[in-house]
Amino acid sequence: MSLSTQDVEKVARLARLAMTAPEIETARAQLSGIFDLIAEMQAVNTAGIEPMSHAQDLSQRLREDVVTETNQREAFQAIAPQVEAGLYLVPKVIE
Amino acid sequence: MQWEIVIGLEVHAQLSTNSKIFCGASTAFGAEPNTQADAVSLALPGVLPVLNKGAVERAIKFGLATGAHIAPRSVFARKNYFYPDLPKGYQISQFDLPVVGQGALTIQVEPLSGNAKPYEKVVRITRAHLEEDAGKSLHADFHGMTGIDLNRAGTPLLEIVSEPDMRSAAEAVAYAKALHTLVRWIGICDGNMQEGSFRCDVNVSVRKPGGELGTRREIKNLNSFKFMQQAIDYEVQWQIDTIENGGKVQQATILFDPDSGETRMMRSKEDAHDYRYFPDPDLLPLDISAQWIDEVRATLPELPHDKQSRYVNDLGLSAYDASVLTSSREMADFFDSTRMHLDTENDIDNPKLCANWIIGEVAAQLNRDELDITQCPIKAYRLSELLAYVAKGRISNSGAKEVFRTMWTEGGDADSIIVKKALEQISDIGAIEKIVDEIIAANADKVAEYRSGKDKLFGFFVGLAMKASKGKANPAQLNDILKQKLAG
Repeated sequence: MSLSTQDVEKVARLARLAMTAPEIETARAQLSGIFDLIAEMQAVNTAGIEPMSHAQDLSQRLREDVVTETNQREAFQAIAPQVEAGLYLVPKVIE
Repeated sequence: MQWEIVIGLEVHAQLSTNSKIFCGASTAFGAEPNTQADAVSLALPGVLPVLNKGAVERAIKFGLATGAHIAPRSVFARKNYFYPDLPKGYQISQFDLPVVGQGALTIQVEPLSGNAKPYEKVVRITRAHLEEDAGKSLHADFHGMTGIDLNRAGTPLLEIVSEPDMRSAAEAVAYAKALHTLVRWIGICDGNMQEGSFRCDVNVSVRKPGGELGTRREIKNLNSFKFMQQAIDYEVQWQIDTIENGGKVQQATILFDPDSGETRMMRSKEDAHDYRYFPDPDLLPLDISAQWIDEVRATLPELPHDKQSRYVNDLGLSAYDASVLTSSREMADFFDSTRMHLDTENDIDNPKLCANWIIGEVAAQLNRDELDITQCPIKAYRLSELLAYVAKGRISNSGAKEVFRTMWTEGGDADSIIVKKALEQISDIGAIEKIVDEIIAANADKVAEYRSGKDKLFGFFVGLAMKASKGKANPAQLNDILKQKLAG
């Protein structure tokens, strides 16, 4: 399967990646290679095989519903670029 | 042209756990910003999610309460999008293998148009899945920047998705209310809509009756039933007008503005998110054993709809009374407790009397004082004592109301208040006869008129007798005696 430049541009936009034209071309070739591999795998007959959702055949361990964390805001905010009134400040976002 | 309205709901119920869904930070509402945002909530490098058993348990409870299939194995997926209140760049949710499968909820619909009768309807629930909430963005001015509070990030949510089974705003509101009652009833969500613990997204479309489904628009984040009603009404009219004027409805996400009463576009399908879901490699599949499901089932109370049916079929209450009394578990408990005390302590089996008083006096007074039933100053057994005196005729209905008001404001028990205020009814036949005899003697002309066929004067005599007894004569006895004596 061969991806178009537009496909790569769309994925890059969704992932918030700024890419130059040569980078897009490299990514397009590499991603197309991955899709070729997927196409090869798709050819295998998987009828009756349950899809795997994790590489390890284990199940999720659960924790009890108990509060274990204490307030460490000061420590966390010491490394934040900008804070005010306990809030992390970020460039204005408007939906 | 006739249009059919098609509505489906997505409800986010915040689960009432102590800690977040994937870490041990507190979920308490109203804390100082970011004091409950730990390393996992902040998505610091290297942290890993560990699933909260309490959140899963609540999801199982919901599934059982709606007769749904609980998936023995479900999977968490990443929903990818960029927004500053989502520091990981993805929300952990469930996609093609949710924890709760198809279920159903029976609702009581009160139509809005005058003459239509209330009816029952079953709404199918497509699925319910576990996911984490995002943080909050505060757009107040911080030197042109946005403030982010991540206390809410990672709070467990159950997203409950219905089939597009609703055909009117009234049905949508009835479904949302029934769901709201249910999640509180089974104790999985506090239902506080102001604090955002129960948020509704409503998908609305219109079509020609029986035809293909129309294009839907999704009204986001409705946090009151009143707004839901208004938003749907406005949106339906907008869609019909658009189509009838030759336009086409485009799929979109919209917001309802309570101030203008209008809906407006938030984003169109063109820039709709492409979430690129995939199974989260940080989390293994969630296995739920049959034994665990049985353990959770054993903790479920009698459900609202079952209780409602029992009130109607076994206790003889009206469907309306039954639905008011099951509007919350606490309300139903109060009713049950009053009824049981009246029965066991006083041998009076009278559910209707209890229902009338709780729906009438108690509810009205709670409303006036802005209290909920758990804050009711009169305990159920105290109310049952008062009702026993009403049932036995010791006090009149109006006397009982006076006792009730005193109990409400000053406390105390019915017996001592009746004695103190001398509210006892006169049920002594001799005493009533004496009053009646005096009235007949003093109003010979009216008595003659009555006897010559002027039946309406009966009320006049009742009034005089009541006045003479200072309102304390037992009305039933008084009527009997008056009739008898006036007949001559």
